[in-house]
Parts: sequence; structure tokens; C-alpha cells
Amino acid sequence: MDGVTETKRFDLRSDTLRDVNKFLHGDLSGINTVRVENPDGAHSIAVGLNAPVHVDILGHAGYYAAGMNQLANVVVHGNAGPGVAENMMSGIVEVRGFASGGAGASAHGGRLIIRGDAGLRCGISLKGADIIVAGDVGSFSAFMAQAGRMLICGDAGDGLGDSLYEAVLYVRGEIRSLGSDARVEPMTAADHAAVKEMLEVAGLRHSSSEFKRVASARSLYHWNADANQEY
Amino acid sequence: MCGIVGLLIKKPALRAQLGELMVPMLIGMTERGPDSSGMAVFTQPVPDEKRKISLYCGSPQFDWQAFKSALTEKFKGVSLELRVNHAVMTTQSSPDEVRAWVARHHPDVHVLSVGRSIDLYKDVGLPAEVAQRYEFSKAVGSHLVGHTRMATESAVTPENAHPYTAGEDWCLVHNGSLANPGMLRRKLEKLGARFESDCDTEGACRYLHWRLEQGESLETALDHAFEDFDGFFTFLMGTADKLALVRDPFACKPAVVAETEDYVAIASEFRSLAHLPGVRNATVFEPKPAEVYSWTV
Repeated sequence: MDGVTETKRFDLRSDTLRDVNKFLHGDLSGINTVRVENPDGAHSIAVGLNAPVHVDILGHAGYYAAGMNQLANVVVHGNAGPGVAENMMSGIVEVRGFASGGAGASAHGGRLIIRGDAGLRCGISLKGADIIVAGDVGSFSAFMAQAGRMLICGDAGDGLGDSLYEAVLYVRGEIRSLGSDARVEPMTAADHAAVKEMLEVAGLRHSSSEFKRVASARSLYHWNADANQEY
Repeated sequence: MCGIVGLLIKKPALRAQLGELMVPMLIGMTERGPDSSGMAVFTQPVPDEKRKISLYCGSPQFDWQAFKSALTEKFKGVSLELRVNHAVMTTQSSPDEVRAWVARHHPDVHVLSVGRSIDLYKDVGLPAEVAQRYEFSKAVGSHLVGHTRMATESAVTPENAHPYTAGEDWCLVHNGSLANPGMLRRKLEKLGARFESDCDTEGACRYLHWRLEQGESLETALDHAFEDFDGFFTFLMGTADKLALVRDPFACKPAVVAETEDYVAIASEFRSLAHLPGVRNATVFEPKPAEVYSWTV
């Protein structure tokens, strides 16, 4: 950023959310950090960004924080409501607390790091992003996940990876139940390398040997007339 | 979407501020698109021989003074505290007798709640309007349940607003929708329940109350509800000394809890909790699906 280090501050107790998002969608030359104070659970903070800017949300965010993110690095210094980083294309979104349901839903690219637990349906319909969860993920996570990776350092709830396509999940803790067509597979050298890489970028100190790989058995890829609608 | 708020004060000195703390919580739910709002507050209980009955009449022409005189003549130890088109009646007579008399002589008056502790106000309007109309900020007590409704399955009317009640000192608010309220209603009507509205939530409220009346614990009653309710729900329930919260097994509807040494506050979203004193140091968590959380005064 040409050595420019200007910081722009907003306070959502006096500035409107529209002020913040309008600024973030405008010409950001000369700005490298935007701080949003007192988010107090407001919805849609820092959505639709398309510039390599750093955004600090200094508190708890409501629905859809950092949705559709491209290039930006957004840190929620608190908890995030439903749909954080949904449909992210690139960049990094980090949640220091817990994330509610649907975190990283249908994210195409970039990286979502959740330091606490993630709620239900984390990474639903994932399309290429990496999601790293330091804690647990709720039920129905990675449902119909098509591409990308999820690293789950805690436990997973029910129906993990139901109807998975080509996304790969790595789970360190217990899996309460796997969804249809998801199965535990042996870790290859490439899997160990992938887990190590994600642990490292997130600054997590587990060993890749503690993780198991969950991927699609691909038995739902083709219609099976004999299955009698039961999978 | 509906919004839920609840507040239980642990520190007795704060009970005088219950309403003041609650109003911004209710207003915090305004962006969820509400058409109606309501509150049930649990106050210091009246003596065992008395009951409080919250009443509502939608007709602006209703003659509350004549109504009060008739009640005073008919029933024992009556006092009536009027607030716009709601009133809280206190009496030593049996609430069933009062209910029957009201139904017979004033069919346009609704009995909203009965108990030693509960007062209830609900009406069509935005949270700020309804809170101001019924002076929610003056509510004093140990705990309360509030709701902002965005109707999806029955008309926007005061009767269809939440909270709902059944029996004494029991109320429930709902975010979600049930696909089989008719089934619940037919089952309960056969057992003698009388419905006051056509809202799906009333079925849930009366169902759970019926189970509790059978001596079941709230946990057991809710286990049955997971089987018998077809739909989505976050329920917040109030009794004379408790708030209880449960989300359906799919956790379709949001909820967040903030707990400090002074209070437990519950809301659909954190934005309703952000103004509470000391919330920055509160334990904030999202309730897990199909788990029953309860807090006692």
C-alpha cells in the first residue's frame, strides 16, 4: 500500500452503517485500516468490500458481517451473527469470538477463521473457501459443500458433510454423526500438508496427526433406482 | 421476523429498573419488521388469596368505569388499574368465575393473563409505540418476557400478538412457525382448553402448560414438544420465578444470552443487549439447539 498507514475511524453510536459501508465502497487510496467502534450487533457491517483494506470491527457484529468479501481483511473483535462472510470471494475474515449459524455459507474463496465455536450450518454449500474453526461446529455443517476445505479443531454436530461434493473436511474432535454420503477417509501426505498449512496460517498449534479426513463417498453422484429413495 | 427479549434481575436493587432496561431491548428488535409488540412482567406476587387478571378491550368506546363498577359489585376485593385499553384487575374471587362472567357479559373483553405475579400488555404497533402506550419503562419486578411480532400465519390483531398465557403465572413467546397448530388445538380442546386466538403460538403455549399441569418437568414437556410440534421455534417462557429458553433441534431461529452477576438477558440478537450495563464483561453465548436453559429468580 505504498507505505501509507492512514486509519479511518467510525463509531456506530454516532455514524450510520451506511456511512461506513459507503466509505468502504468508495475510493480507499491512502487508507489501509478502517476501525468500526461500537458495532453493537448491527447487521451487514463491511459487506461487499472489493479492496485490500483492513477493517477492525471492535465488538459484536450482527447478521452478514463481511458478506461477499473480496480482497479485504476483516476482523470481528467479538462474536458474529448469522451468515458471517457468506459468499466471500477472496480476502480474510476473522471472528475472534463465536460465529452464529451459516458462517461462510457458499463462500467461493478466501479464508474464514473463527476463534471460538461456529453455530449450525457452518460452510453450507461451500464453493472454494477455506474455513478454519478453532472450536466446535454445529449440526449440518458443510451440507452440500462443493469445493474448498474446512478445518474443525473441536467437535462436529450431527449430519456433518451431508451430500458433500468435492469439499474436504478435517476434524480433530468427535463427530456426533456424519451426513449422507460423507465418510471418514485415511489421511494422505497431501492431507497432512493441507492441515499443517491451515494450522499455521491461523496460528494454531495442533498436530496434523490429530485430524481425520471427511470427504464424499460419491455414491449420490449418480441416480440409483434401487435405493428406493433411501440414502 | 419475530423478536424475543427476556430479562431476569438477580440483584434485587435493580428490580425497580426492570422496565427501563427492557424498553431499549424491545426497541432493538424493530428492524426485524414487527407489526405488534407485547410484554409480560412478573411483579411482587399478591397474597395467596388474591389473583391478578390482565384484561384487554379493543373497542375505544368501551366504558371502563361502568365495567369497574360492575366488577366491584359482582366480585370480592376488586381493584382495577387501567392503562389505555388494558386493565389489571386484582380480586379475591375465583379467576374462573371472573373469566366466565366477563365472557358472558363482555365478550369483547379478553382475559390476557391470570396469576399472582403476571401482568400482560400486548397490542398492534411498533415496539417504541406500544412500550410508550403502556408505559413499559415503568415496569417493576423480578423478570419479564417481551416480544415483537412479524405475523406469518394469522392476522395482525392484538389477540394474536404475544405473549400467550395459559393457567396461572405462565407465559410463552415464540419466534418461528408451527405447521400443525390445528392438530395441537384439536387435541387440547378435547381436554378442555379454551383458545382465545387463531395464532399457532397459542397451541404451543397451551400444550406445554397442559404437560406441566400433568406434573411433567419443563424438560420432559419440551421433549414431548420436539416430537409433537412440526415447525421452527425459539420459545421464551416465564413462570412466577423462572425464565426458560429453548430452540428447536435445527436452531432455525436465533437467540443470544448475556449473563452477569446482576442479570440474565435474552434476545433474538445482540443488538438488543448492547445497551445493558456491564454487558461488555457479560458471559455472552448462543443457546444450543434442543437444549433447555432456565434461570430462577
